[in-house]
Amino acid sequence: MTAPTILVLYAHPAPQRSPVNRRLAEAARAMPGVAVQDLYELYPDFDIDAEHERSLLAAAHVVVLLHPIRWYGMPSMLKEWMDVVLRPGWAYGVDADGETQSLHGKSCWLVTTTGSGPEAYQAGALHGHPFDAFLLPIRQAAVLCGMDWLAPLVLHGAAAAPDPVIDAHVHEFTRRLAGYAGQTATLEAGHGA
Amino acid sequence: MEHSLLLNACVYLAAAVIAVPLSKRLGMGAVLGYLVAGILIGPYGFKFIGEAEDALHFAEFGVVLLLFLIGLELEPSRLWALRRPIFGWGGAQVGLVAAVLFGAALLAGIDWKLALIAGLGLSLSSTAIALASLEERNLMPTPAGQASFSILLFQDIAAIPMIAIVPLLGIPEEAGGGGNAWIAVVKVIVVLAGVVIGGRFLVRPLLRFIAKTDAREIFTAFALLLVIAISLLMQSVGMSMALGAFIAGVLLADSEYRHALETDLEPFKGLLLGLFFIAVGMSVDFGVFLARPAIVLGLVAAFLVLKIGVLYGLSRAFDMARGQHLQFALILSQGGEFAFVVFGAAATARVFSEEVASTLVVVVALSMVVTPLVLMAYDRLFARRQGAQGKKGAGKADDIEPNEDHVIIAGFGRFGQIVGRFLNVAGVKLTVLDHDPDQVDVLRRFGFKVFYGDATRADLMRAAGAARARALVVAIDDIEDSLALVESVRRDYPELPIFARARNVTHYYQLMDRGVHLIERETFEAAVKLGRSVLTAGLGQSAYRTRQTADKFRKYNLQNILAVYPYYKDRDTYVSMAKRGRDELETMIARDRKAVEDETGQDWD
Repeated sequence: MTAPTILVLYAHPAPQRSPVNRRLAEAARAMPGVAVQDLYELYPDFDIDAEHERSLLAAAHVVVLLHPIRWYGMPSMLKEWMDVVLRPGWAYGVDADGETQSLHGKSCWLVTTTGSGPEAYQAGALHGHPFDAFLLPIRQAAVLCGMDWLAPLVLHGAAAAPDPVIDAHVHEFTRRLAGYAGQTATLEAGHGA
Repeated sequence: MEHSLLLNACVYLAAAVIAVPLSKRLGMGAVLGYLVAGILIGPYGFKFIGEAEDALHFAEFGVVLLLFLIGLELEPSRLWALRRPIFGWGGAQVGLVAAVLFGAALLAGIDWKLALIAGLGLSLSSTAIALASLEERNLMPTPAGQASFSILLFQDIAAIPMIAIVPLLGIPEEAGGGGNAWIAVVKVIVVLAGVVIGGRFLVRPLLRFIAKTDAREIFTAFALLLVIAISLLMQSVGMSMALGAFIAGVLLADSEYRHALETDLEPFKGLLLGLFFIAVGMSVDFGVFLARPAIVLGLVAAFLVLKIGVLYGLSRAFDMARGQHLQFALILSQGGEFAFVVFGAAATARVFSEEVASTLVVVVALSMVVTPLVLMAYDRLFARRQGAQGKKGAGKADDIEPNEDHVIIAGFGRFGQIVGRFLNVAGVKLTVLDHDPDQVDVLRRFGFKVFYGDATRADLMRAAGAARARALVVAIDDIEDSLALVESVRRDYPELPIFARARNVTHYYQLMDRGVHLIERETFEAAVKLGRSVLTAGLGQSAYRTRQTADKFRKYNLQNILAVYPYYKDRDTYVSMAKRGRDELETMIARDRKAVEDETGQDWD
């Protein structure tokens, strides 16, 4: 088996209460070539091992951000992860050795869920703006690091989603993930049931 | 012989015990009390004691001890850092004062040799009186105190060449011969080298060995023996005993036993200095004084005016708080104990007549008596002026030397060590006290600055610089000692923040009783941490959730402890309260757990 080339950064502060994200994480874990970093499980005291995280990033070619949206953004752990891992001169800018953008050319894929349905994300509605507007900071962060921004996979209204919708969402997730891993064919065959 | 020794001791002690408290009560300070006691029991008072000279001789050892203790405070590195104030200010003070006195004497038509020796001798101040006055007023940490100290130290050094050159001005002694001088120099060098090497390689292991026997009085005896032996050794090669003791002190300043030595010698120093002041009082020769009162008083007045004037002018050049200039000048105004020696040497070398020498000695002695009186008057006036301005002595804390900012850790066992290592990594200056010589030895090998001593002794805390510390960490094993230390520190240093280790909940409460608020139970955090590991690594629970549970547990547990606190002295209520608290804690956590379990994906997707 080859070393994982897809790194899933999974950040959920209460996985036991998660109807969607936990299933996505479990599905990812089961796939070859995919490594899942469960950040809340690894660093309950927020004492992130930045050096280790950077080495995982360096080895991956696709970085998946898997988390729910809360208060229009990522859980605090993932923000902390960004703050300590994506060091200037390593993730962007130029460092002392003249090396730059260790993440350059890698892809960034956001997989997320929201509590509200899609209708809440528009002018005049509950959240006042289209959902894409809220993704601007993370998207720009990826661009700043020289990463390709893949089309996000979003499930709106996740809390109230009926099981078939969730099943379909998980299936779509694994399909795309396998595609990124370059193993689409194998997976499709195994997933026929 | 023994009888008279005890009788004399009885007279001295009684005089001190009566005069000093009385004098302090009257606001005159201890030094003046001793001096007056000396005058009263001396040959011109009630004649209880005939021989002032013997007592003075013996009591000079108080000055020797004083300088040894000062040396202990001055590590070589600190001494080096002080080189500019010592040689700059000290040199300026001795040079200027001596020059002015010399000039004035020449103008008065006095022979130049006499004027020179008198000027030099009188430029010196009394280390004993000046330092005692500074300490009485708690002025040591202020710029005026530091300047005074530096100057006094320089004077102690300067006195040696002075005493050496006096005979050169006099009638040549029976030819000494170059060979002898050479031998003398070689002797001094050999003895100094012996003290330096012996101090490092002999005295420290010996101190450690003696400390290990755990016989306190032997440690004290050894400390005294050390100082006396070094002083005699120095004297035998013609150096000043005081300077020799000072050098010995500096050599031991970075030793781990520094504080213990200080603590043990302090009372001897105090008593002997007291005896020294008494002896000065006794040696005021009222016979000489009464023979020519006008001349003596005129000389004292002229001497003091000139010296205070020069010192005041000098003080303007130093960086001193406003209002401290005059105080500084007054503190250093008197003639010193070295003047006695210089004039004695001059009389021996027949530069002075006996008459001149005894007159000058009386002038010096009287100036010593005058100093505390003038300082008292100054205090009164200054206090009144301060009172008129409002706050008294506000902002004094700002005068503390910045490099004295340190944290004291009392007890450097398993607990204190972790605190210490952590603070050390964070770049905090530490002073560590521990009473286990083996421990001290091991830790010093790891590069820690550890001092040997019993932290619960108030004098040791003072020696450790508690007055200048930023915080005190009480990490002692023994609960009784921990509480005793907290009590004494709360009393003596109410401003010093205390951070305490509690051995158990009752200890926690006892610390609270004594006004400590920042307390950690020694085993609590480690136990909670291990509990978390059981839940996660052992039972597979979510790490983050377990952390949240642990945070709640800690919070409720502390709340519970504080809630029970008012009842802890009442055993029955305490037990039932504690039990109720435990039940409540269980209920609370169960409720939380249930709340968490009831929340299905309501808040997080």
